[in-house]
Amino acid sequence: MNQHTSMPPRFKLPKLPAIFLLVIFTFLFIMGIQHAQLSFERIINGIINMLHFIGSAFPPNPERITSISSAMYETFQIALVGTVIGVVLSLPVALLASHNTAPHPSIRWISRGAVSAMRTIPDLIWALIFVISVGLGPLAGILTIIVDTIGFCARFFSERIEEIEKGPSQALQSTGASQIGIVSGAVLPLGFPSFVGTSLFAFEKSIRSAVVLGLVGAGGIGVELSTAFTMRNFDEALMIIVLILVVVILFEQLSSSIRKKII
Amino acid sequence: MNALEVNNVTKIFPDGTKALNSVSFEIKRGEGVVLLGHNGSGKSTMFKNIAGFEKPSDGSIFINNKEITQLGKSKFKPIRKKLGMVFQNFHLIYNLSVFQNVLFGRMGYHRNFLSVTTPFASAENRERAMSCLERVGLAHLAGRRADQLSGGQQQRVAIARMLMQDPEIILADEPIASLDPKAGREVMELLWEIVEEKSWTVLCILHQTDIAMEFGERLIGLNKGEVVLDGSKKTISKKDLSNLYYHDELRMKHS
Repeated sequence: MNQHTSMPPRFKLPKLPAIFLLVIFTFLFIMGIQHAQLSFERIINGIINMLHFIGSAFPPNPERITSISSAMYETFQIALVGTVIGVVLSLPVALLASHNTAPHPSIRWISRGAVSAMRTIPDLIWALIFVISVGLGPLAGILTIIVDTIGFCARFFSERIEEIEKGPSQALQSTGASQIGIVSGAVLPLGFPSFVGTSLFAFEKSIRSAVVLGLVGAGGIGVELSTAFTMRNFDEALMIIVLILVVVILFEQLSSSIRKKII
Repeated sequence: MNALEVNNVTKIFPDGTKALNSVSFEIKRGEGVVLLGHNGSGKSTMFKNIAGFEKPSDGSIFINNKEITQLGKSKFKPIRKKLGMVFQNFHLIYNLSVFQNVLFGRMGYHRNFLSVTTPFASAENRERAMSCLERVGLAHLAGRRADQLSGGQQQRVAIARMLMQDPEIILADEPIASLDPKAGREVMELLWEIVEEKSWTVLCILHQTDIAMEFGERLIGLNKGEVVLDGSKKTISKKDLSNLYYHDELRMKHS
């Protein structure tokens, strides 16, 4: 035996680039804390203001519950319609963006670029763009949710498609199947449970986004919330927040139970 | 007439590994051949090159006297239809029904994908799928999800899918490697029965020398990408086979 055997050390010294990154990160973190102008006085004032808000918000005011509920219903509809259309559009986009199903590398890069852009630009900015293009109201909200859902789902669908084992596709290819046959017969069925899981996540995410979209005028309960805050009707605002909480939690429970059944 | 002809096929991978070195053999129509060799001997590479999943770096391959070596995907499709494959890991669509998996065997015959799906398949295709399942003894499990079956049953579903395809040449890549000995033997017996009944040609990669001797009429041995053994079962001794698998090790032990 002329091979060198040595026991691996307990700890390894980090490499130079890692140390460099750590220094930069620490510097930025400290600068960030300073920038927030954290001071003892501000924290105390903040806590007092918060208590004041809670004090004037309790108990939640159910006076306008019917109009708040109908705004919540609109939010739910925006999320549902936007997510369904977004998921349906995500599938072909994901197929074009995956290396094992894209017809040509250039198409894959274009699709990936488009998906990244949809994901990287925050939903509030999309909402502002759509409010300018189609006017105030739920349509702007739906369009925003569609774009947001494609940015999220197409990416995860495509990751799943790329992970799918080659074997079953090869087995279908060996029967003389066309590319469409292979994709519809092997890739889509094998990815299906994951697609459903991702879509349910997307819907949960869409409900949360749709709530906020109203703040910039893209329909739904956000408008009510923003008005209640501006008018300093904090008890009404709390009512709205409670309603949002109930709906979001309800749906999260429902979606996780569906996911468990399918996967 | 030759069903399969491999002429001086060499395969060099991008990293420089030579997996096949000028391999040549011919398989006559209706012949049952077993391909042997230890891991890394080039068996699977040979399989992939014949199946068209990879292209040889040099040499040529003929299936039913038609050269397939440089054929594009669309021109290879009609030849694929005649090439049935059985894989080590079955390669079923595990979350679909057994029946649906068998129907997919007919894909090469239909341009419209829906024609091979459970809801839209023709009565003829549905009956054919059931009779293929009956042939492998699994008609009673047609409605089950494929992953609810045992390994041996899944391989039989894969054989039913291949029957559905109605091929002429069977390529089997270690079809019993992931099965226990009993299930493995049953699958081998079933596969060979069907192949003989239909007078299909078969090239089967195996690791088990005893099974190879029992089922193969002719054995081809690969070592380091070269054919080192090729002959009918009668002319090959157990010693030849053990040399094929243990030759390197023996030499190493003696040195």
